[in-house]
Amino acid sequence: MGIRFVLLVNKQGQTRLAQYYEYLTLEERRALEGEIVRKCLARNEQQCSFVEHRNYKIVYRRYASLFFLVGVDNGENELAILEFIHLLVETMDRHFGNVCELDIMFHLEKAHFMLEEMVMNGCIVETSKSNILSPIQLMDKGF
Amino acid sequence: MEQLKTIGRELAMGSQGGWGQSKEFLDLVKSIGEARSKVEEDRIILREIETLKRRISEPDVTRRKMKEYIIRLVYVEMLGHDASFGYIHAVKMTHDDNVSHKRTGYLAVTLFLNEDHDLIILIVNTIQKDLRSDNYLVVCAALTAVCKLINEETIPAVLPQVVELLGHSKEAVRKKAIMALHRFYQRSPASVAHLLSHFRKRLSDNDPGVMGAALCPLFDLITADVNSYKDLVISFVSILKQVAERRLPKAYDYHQTPAPFIQVKLLKILALLGSGDKQASGHMYTVLGEIIRKVEMSSNIGNAVLYECICCVSSIQPNTKLLDAAIEATSKFLKSDSHNLKYMGIDALGRLIKINPDIAEEHQLAVIDCLEDPDDTLKRKTFELLYKMTKSTNVEVIVDRMIDYMISINDNHYKTEIASRCVDLAEQFAPSNQWFIQTMNKVFEHAGDLVNVKVAHNLMRLIAEGFGEDDEGADSQLRSSAVSSYLGILGEPKLPSMFLQVICWVLGEYGTADGNYSASYIIGKLCDVVEAHPNDITVKAYAITGIMKIYAFEVAAGRKVEMLSECQSLIEELQASHSTDLQQRAYELQALLGLDSHAVQHVMPLDASCEDIEVDKNLSFLNNFVQQAIEKGSQPYIPESERSGFLDVGNFKTLHHHENAGHGLRFEAYELPKPAPPVNISPAPHAPQITDTIPASEPSYPREINQNPNPSSSADTSSANFEIKLQLGGVPMKWGKPTYSSSSSSSSSGTNSNTANGVAHRDGAITAASQTRDFTYNHRRQQVEVSSEKQRLAASLFGKSSKSEKKVPSTNKASRASFPNTEKLAAKPLPAAEAPKEKISNATPPPPPPPDLLDFSESSPSIPPPEDPFKQLEELVGPSTTVAPEAHDIMGLYGLNISPVTPANRNSEEANIVVANKKGPNLRDALEKDSVARQVGVTPTGNNPNLFRDLLG
Repeated sequence: MGIRFVLLVNKQGQTRLAQYYEYLTLEERRALEGEIVRKCLARNEQQCSFVEHRNYKIVYRRYASLFFLVGVDNGENELAILEFIHLLVETMDRHFGNVCELDIMFHLEKAHFMLEEMVMNGCIVETSKSNILSPIQLMDKGF
Repeated sequence: MEQLKTIGRELAMGSQGGWGQSKEFLDLVKSIGEARSKVEEDRIILREIETLKRRISEPDVTRRKMKEYIIRLVYVEMLGHDASFGYIHAVKMTHDDNVSHKRTGYLAVTLFLNEDHDLIILIVNTIQKDLRSDNYLVVCAALTAVCKLINEETIPAVLPQVVELLGHSKEAVRKKAIMALHRFYQRSPASVAHLLSHFRKRLSDNDPGVMGAALCPLFDLITADVNSYKDLVISFVSILKQVAERRLPKAYDYHQTPAPFIQVKLLKILALLGSGDKQASGHMYTVLGEIIRKVEMSSNIGNAVLYECICCVSSIQPNTKLLDAAIEATSKFLKSDSHNLKYMGIDALGRLIKINPDIAEEHQLAVIDCLEDPDDTLKRKTFELLYKMTKSTNVEVIVDRMIDYMISINDNHYKTEIASRCVDLAEQFAPSNQWFIQTMNKVFEHAGDLVNVKVAHNLMRLIAEGFGEDDEGADSQLRSSAVSSYLGILGEPKLPSMFLQVICWVLGEYGTADGNYSASYIIGKLCDVVEAHPNDITVKAYAITGIMKIYAFEVAAGRKVEMLSECQSLIEELQASHSTDLQQRAYELQALLGLDSHAVQHVMPLDASCEDIEVDKNLSFLNNFVQQAIEKGSQPYIPESERSGFLDVGNFKTLHHHENAGHGLRFEAYELPKPAPPVNISPAPHAPQITDTIPASEPSYPREINQNPNPSSSADTSSANFEIKLQLGGVPMKWGKPTYSSSSSSSSSGTNSNTANGVAHRDGAITAASQTRDFTYNHRRQQVEVSSEKQRLAASLFGKSSKSEKKVPSTNKASRASFPNTEKLAAKPLPAAEAPKEKISNATPPPPPPPDLLDFSESSPSIPPPEDPFKQLEELVGPSTTVAPEAHDIMGLYGLNISPVTPANRNSEEANIVVANKKGPNLRDALEKDSVARQVGVTPTGNNPNLFRDLLG
């Protein structure tokens, strides 16, 4: 399965985007997000960007006030996931131009679309920024 | 800058809308963004829910408005509230003609619903229609939804269309169709069993994106069945080679590394295909060497690829050169300052030591550093490594460390894991019984309720059986030490139930055996246990049976028994217990006390828990009784097989378990009614429980009872014993002689005296170990620097084995040769292998490794001048396929596809993004964004200035 969820959470622990690749109930999500955020917020810059949580491994990266958290299975390459996060941010940055938390909030659906292009069935399927963004830009133009 | 922003704001004041959303939406986002607490956020959302409920069902909501409502619903759910009232509107939105609306509808539906939701059925039809659309964006949206919403039952409804789309002219559609098929395979492999060849075909797709996507399902397929895909090894290798040679379009580069995510996936696949396959591995060596040589070690992504290479190298048939390169890369990881790289290094080391256990020694200090790092993640990873490299020489240090760590954490999930690892290691490598028991005590004390029941039974068995050698003295010493340690532990508050059971059993069985403690003292302790745990029936049962045994032993020995008053009241209390099991035990104890010493000796023999109980399966002692009954006109017994009713062994088993659990309720259906002759010949009517129990376990416990009636096998001991004995089949003797790797056994034979020595000084494993070291290498002592704590730890973890290897080089060689995977390594020039070890014993960093062909120092990133990628793409198609005739044209299309978009991108050029620290923000964008935000009222000086900070700033 590989990637099991992608979460964007800010420093205050507020969820900014959540995409799960397996079904969890609302309560389960709420609990999971709370626990994970607490764990990751407690860590400092020098420590590993990976945290074990239950049977997930969480790879996280912080950009300004926003944490990008990716829950993966045991078999995943953590460093590659870390760079996948960066690729996602770079892609958002290319689309929004100097992306900030507010961009993602105002364009939640577009952030989701980008993620949908990049990850399917928990696997990374597309890493070319132009391929990721082209359908979104076409939709903007009203195709 | 500030000035410009102000001007921008002035300019934007005039225009309406800004980001294209309504004021209401912008206000919502603003208030969520500036919410100070979860409570405030919840309040905002609850208010929003009320608004939406009202608005969303108004008669003429424009579609544009509806889209916005649906996004607001997504917010509601994302922030943890129920938005089910609006699901149906999201479903309706998927019917919309506008692609953007439609896709938003699909998005919301996939976020809201799981694949078994009732509303899904309403969407299947829409999906079917959309899959046939002329607009490829619509098809893509539908395929994305297919991946999330289609369950096993609805697969057939869309399968033919999805398969058709595999040949679509748009690469984006082909890619998503492949993933939809992948999803079907994940959901129900049988549904696509006849379509698996499509995944192979798409491997040679003209578009690298489609090829990359096809790797995902292929990885799953190969994981499930390696052998059917061996023929693809050459194709994978050639694709990897072309990727590494930068034949893919530039767009797939990430931080100057060519398509790293595809490389990683390919390396994972190769690791599977090459594992244990010499021929397949042979094809991979060259390309792996190339990648390792070329990889950019200064970037994270380069290291990610490198790490994957190490995984692959350690999985396939070992190749000396590659292994050396992998070892070198691993040591670079370990020496890095970055915790992430150290983590990867520890993981890589854990993989490499499977091939050559000696590698760990070179990195002992780095490993210890990680072990002592405050970073929990790193620590855990290191424990994982230690677990893999435990042998009889270092088990004490490692397990001690693990237990200390186990005690220090609160996370039950991991506590359980590490406790079971401790038990596992202790069972495999325990140097002595005493150590084993003490280790188990600690594990039980701190994680008793988390470990498996089996562990408790194993412990009881070990105490009862001893080492398995005929050394009664040592065995009874072991029991005495167990008894006295348990009596000490009993004083502590809050012991786990499982541990108390073990303690009660051991005290009952051996409490008075060595004469150090009086019967009344032990009984008093057991009574205390019962009193302290009024609600734990199992512990009470163990305790009362323990008391019974002590009394029985006293009576049998002819000593006068005084009934303690607290014990008498306990018996009376239990006789009235709600638990029939406890009642039974109490009555049995009462009855036992009335018997004479001869009878008691038979009923409850001393230290007989390991004696085989002989079961007279034919029940021959009843022959007379049966004969008489038949003569009196009773029906003869008809064997079960000849009766019409059936009663399988499984039923017997469940019956048995229910009986033992002491809860009489059964939840499965009753058997068919049948004649009840078994009752007629039931041997001991006054002990029905036993007669039920014995036949139940007969299949795997072919022993005989002739000591019947035998209260000593009342459910407590019998269930415990049965459990143990039953497991004996599957679990061969784990402790005692290490049965692990030949290398450890040979090295332990070399240090046998050392180990014994270490046990003698049991005051502290670390000192003991270092003492052993000093003892063996006295003459070296002067050379050794004043050892820090760390070095001593290192020595106890790694040192001993290396020394013993040095001391007995012949065994060392033998052990290596006998290690299955190291034939090639053994051929490695010995001096080179010997040299680092010499250094390590002095606890200094290893010398520079011997030069090899894959030398990293030469890794100048000599990037081949990228030729026309389109032309070269033909080669990507690889030898296994035919080159599509119009590869150029299709790639042209691929280019065209992005070309109309590029102008929109003018603001952020690729170069700008690749360089992480972009200079100035794009002026126009910044101005627009700023002005709009100000219009809404969100300002960088507002409540949450963070909302404004550039993520990549």
